Amino acid sequence: MSAAGIEAAARDIAARGESAPRPARDPVNQAMVNNWVEAIGDANPVYTDEEYARRSIHGGLVAPPAMAQVWTMAGLHGTRADDDPLGAMMAVLDEAGYTSVVATDSEQTYHRYLRPGEHVAASTRLESVVGPKRTALGEGWFVTTRTTWWVGGEAVADMVFRVLKFAPGGQKPSTPDTSAVLRPVISRDTEFFWAGTRAGELRIQRWGGTLRHPPGPLPPDGDLAAKPDWVVAEGTGTVYSYVVHHHPKVPGRTAPFVVALVELTEGVRVLGELLDVRPGDVRIGLPVEVTFVRVDDELTLPAWKVRA
Amino acid sequence: MTLANRAAIAGIGATEFSKDSGRSELRLAVEAVSAALADAGLRPSDVDGLVTFTMDGNAEIAVARELGIPELSFFSRIHYGGGAAAATVQQAAMAVATGVADVVVAYRAFNERSGHRFGQVSSAAAGQVNTSGVDNGFHYPMGLATPAATVAMVARRYLHDYGATSEDFGRVAVVDRKHAATNPNAWFHGKPITLADHQASRWVAEPLRLLDCCQESDGGVALVVTAAERARDLRRPPALIAAAAQGSGPGQYVMTSYYRDDLAALPEMGVVGGQLWRQSGITRDDVDVAVLYDHFTPYVLIQLEELGFCGRGEAKDFIRDGTLELDGSLPLNPHGGQLGEAYIHGMNGIAEAVRQVRGTAANQVPGARHVLVTAGTGVPTSGLILAAA
Repeated sequence: MSAAGIEAAARDIAARGESAPRPARDPVNQAMVNNWVEAIGDANPVYTDEEYARRSIHGGLVAPPAMAQVWTMAGLHGTRADDDPLGAMMAVLDEAGYTSVVATDSEQTYHRYLRPGEHVAASTRLESVVGPKRTALGEGWFVTTRTTWWVGGEAVADMVFRVLKFAPGGQKPSTPDTSAVLRPVISRDTEFFWAGTRAGELRIQRWGGTLRHPPGPLPPDGDLAAKPDWVVAEGTGTVYSYVVHHHPKVPGRTAPFVVALVELTEGVRVLGELLDVRPGDVRIGLPVEVTFVRVDDELTLPAWKVRA
Repeated sequence: MTLANRAAIAGIGATEFSKDSGRSELRLAVEAVSAALADAGLRPSDVDGLVTFTMDGNAEIAVARELGIPELSFFSRIHYGGGAAAATVQQAAMAVATGVADVVVAYRAFNERSGHRFGQVSSAAAGQVNTSGVDNGFHYPMGLATPAATVAMVARRYLHDYGATSEDFGRVAVVDRKHAATNPNAWFHGKPITLADHQASRWVAEPLRLLDCCQESDGGVALVVTAAERARDLRRPPALIAAAAQGSGPGQYVMTSYYRDDLAALPEMGVVGGQLWRQSGITRDDVDVAVLYDHFTPYVLIQLEELGFCGRGEAKDFIRDGTLELDGSLPLNPHGGQLGEAYIHGMNGIAEAVRQVRGTAANQVPGARHVLVTAGTGVPTSGLILAAA
């Protein structure tokens, strides 16, 4: 998937807004507080000594604010909610080859103390996805989410959380190895087409007034005396039909990808990959224009991009 | 002179259908041919003709050598993948009808699951130095490189043109798997699916889901063809070849006939159908069982339209109320088809048609006398009408 494809997916996920509040497994409870303060080394008795806490400004036991995230941890065998935007964005980046992750920073804001017995729920939205950035770990994307903890309708804490999702080893994975694409068999009848793509032209065979694609050695009326030339297509058209390819793997491409049969403005149909588009946004009739993907000195493939 | 009823299928044979046969393709071919000859009550020395697909890996002479067939006076191969299936029988029928041969065996055997899998990207298909390779140059390098993807392009347009849905494709899979569930020879014996299962199956090439795609199988099937008069004297009731036809349409390509005015169609199957009705003299209403090639579900719907069982775009309504069930007006693939029984490139469907005409099928349609069989779709193709004597 290209950078534009990742950005498009990020916009899509961000547009879904906040996930549904996911309730904590247990209410705020003393046992968890006791363990946590012991592990952290926080000896403040306002968290553990009921008598001391009653006389404090709080008037009773409270939980350490920094435990906000503890309450809504999913547990050892927990899974992300289906609408969790971080999970969705991680999947997009995994698919694009950015398979490793490191948390970079986390900023929490506490609006009030929690008390034993309160039941919190957390919801998350995707704030931003920035990249690709070159880092010491490798090329990657910074993914920022904002999580809010709620008690009923009241926001009690929130957190801005940022991770770097990267391709290890300094590799640049976002473009698959295009040199692996299957190469066309080229004949005397079709070589002008491939010479055209190398020159950045979409050439369509012409027999007098009749355009023909794919090209061949004779005009549609079979006139052996006729000689063809070609026109350079304007390069605009609309999607006549399309496929979103998922399985199996295709050399030189990262699934899912879209292949579109495009009806050119000139009237003939030409097939090519439709680049930098979310599969869900493709429809029959979508306006597209030609672009060219250079594989090497010998081969350039025609492809499509959505026309603005 | 026509070909109608001049030849018959006198014997059928098959290996088991598996995912890993554990033996060579030639061994599978020989086992299938041997079983078909035994079924017909004939010996290898009676055979003087062999026919198969150009895609088959087993040369006629290799099969003849292994079986001890001493001399062949007729050998032939048919091109275009699964489109060859019914045409191998047509070749055999023409040979016996003209006296070129007496007993011709059509066969197809492969390790299509454990060996070379057709569902994967074939760099050999892309790189062949001939007109098909040049044709593929406008598709494979662009990423359209698997059979499922080539069908998906047509299927998408079909959905758009006629308002059909993925569920309409799924209904074909559900019927096939229902029939396979009660066929002990089917890979998916005892494993029916629901429409919900179909809808939950993963995308392969949208709009095709996994359960829109046929299986990949190891196995072999063989069919013994001889003159109708001779077949009457053999062990089994003959399945008369009432019609046999090939068809290719205008602007024809292999799987990528994308440049015709109407994309959501299979005109080559219309070419086959027209010949079948004329040659046999039977009508659509006379068809008791339809064995339609089902490598991908959308093409079953389009075949129903091309063969005239319903109007263009009407297949989704035609199949809605049990039409394709065993007790419906047009029972489809009682063996389970290639989605349910096995993918033997359409040859197992011809064997099923023979069983239906004989009255010996696992899911027998009572009183079946006329069975329509079609071969691979999206490619130049073929078809048969088999009839009880």
